[in-house]
Amino acid sequence: MAAKTIISRPIYGTLSPQPGRHHLFIADAEGALAITDMAGKAPSGFFDGAEIDFIPGPENRHLAALEALKPAQLHVAPSFASLLPRLKQTLTNAHMGLRLYLAGTEGLIGQAMQVALEAGMDHTSMQTEHRGSLARRMQCVHCKGITENVTTQPALCAHCGLLLLVRDHYSRRLAAFQGVCINAEDRSENPPMEEAFP
Amino acid sequence: MSTGTTKLDVVVSDVVPVNDLVTRFHFRRRDGELLPTFSGGAHVVVEMRDSDRTRLNPYSLMGSPLDTREYTISVRRDDVGRGGSLFMHRQVKPGLEMVISYPVNLFSLDLRAKKHLMLAGGIGITPFMAQTSQLAAAGGNFELHYTCRTASLGTYADVLQQRYGSRVKLYHDDREERIDLDRLLSSQPLGTHLYVCGPAGMINWVRDRAAALGWPSETVHFEHFAAPQPGAPFDVTLAVSGKTIRVGEQQSLLEAMEAAGVDPPYLCRGGVCGQCETNVISSDGKFIHNDHWLSEEDHRSGCKIMPCVSRFDGKSLVLER
Repeated sequence: MAAKTIISRPIYGTLSPQPGRHHLFIADAEGALAITDMAGKAPSGFFDGAEIDFIPGPENRHLAALEALKPAQLHVAPSFASLLPRLKQTLTNAHMGLRLYLAGTEGLIGQAMQVALEAGMDHTSMQTEHRGSLARRMQCVHCKGITENVTTQPALCAHCGLLLLVRDHYSRRLAAFQGVCINAEDRSENPPMEEAFP
Repeated sequence: MSTGTTKLDVVVSDVVPVNDLVTRFHFRRRDGELLPTFSGGAHVVVEMRDSDRTRLNPYSLMGSPLDTREYTISVRRDDVGRGGSLFMHRQVKPGLEMVISYPVNLFSLDLRAKKHLMLAGGIGITPFMAQTSQLAAAGGNFELHYTCRTASLGTYADVLQQRYGSRVKLYHDDREERIDLDRLLSSQPLGTHLYVCGPAGMINWVRDRAAALGWPSETVHFEHFAAPQPGAPFDVTLAVSGKTIRVGEQQSLLEAMEAAGVDPPYLCRGGVCGQCETNVISSDGKFIHNDHWLSEEDHRSGCKIMPCVSRFDGKSLVLER
């Protein structure tokens, strides 16, 4: 569970079944377990109006557990980028009353929420639950490049190569944490890189 | 006293009968200046000095928020009410000097919405008159569904249809026309906010269906001014001011406190805003809660009361006032 530090740091909850007839789940890796845990509390027939979009990740687990819930639709995608066109299409055709459930890594939750907000969805229609890796999606404030799956502190920008302090300062607009050069005064200074977001 | 509001000295500049039940009143400032800015959905509390008695009733402003030379309200005559609307209809003529509160908005548009879906019932149309003017001027996306008893009692239906064409849909009770509410609520784009103003039964129905169909409560806005209901007189002890007062049959608890020189805060006087919420110190009897502010839990607890609309029936009631 991610610790609360500054006010922009996202806080995640626990998925719970919401009223309504249409439910869209987006999960990666261990996020599937948040869905199966929630399913125990859902009224019968809940998944008849549900679509689950699942990104299994390298370990490729939990798919069978999701299939067992018998959702109206189950879509498996290799990455968030590959899921994006479908997600945008689904949200374009969706109506008020759709509830969104996001579960898994912060990168997935943040990016899916960003797409949903752009589609006009109200943040009160969304639920989130953090599961699995604490890896961060980071924006370099200097070159603006986004580096995915950052697990160390400090971290190297994959675009410009600066050594960045990964801040807790989070941008909902960008769905990313801010990375700021850690040795701007003296570039020869190289603080040790530690595994901070396993 | 009304929290955070000062009074406006106005003169009635016009009185226009709209139909058998509804009359429109226009107010201008006595000093000729512009009135304060307001936003669609705002109301004012009108002071009605009727011989020895003063009534304070809230009415939605229905003019365009873009024009503050005058305020307009529309009052539906209620022949069995406590007499406020009858006073307006019978006693208020052009040239009469009156006092109204600054506008207060407890039913404002959420301008983050991609679309505004409005449902009006009867005289509940008035806040939407101002809101549609505001949105139309800014190119806003809205749709208004308006239920009235008959075409001749469809207050401003003609004006609205002329202004906004197919964005306004009318339903007449006498022609058995009904909103297909589930279908309407299930076909709105993401980012729509819902606004409902009308009789309590309609508001409850719309809120219940919206919740069941998955609309988050934050996207459902409603306003219903509960007129204080008359009832059996009852006695109240005000512990802080050390007074015991009697609430008359035609009087609200808030009015009785004011008549005794106690000045609780208020804004809407219709059970909506929460300003006059009062703690109960002790009670022996039954509360008659008529507000939309306190939760059901608060109502059951017997620890709080909204003196603007709620009453009491029993042996003793002691309030922290």
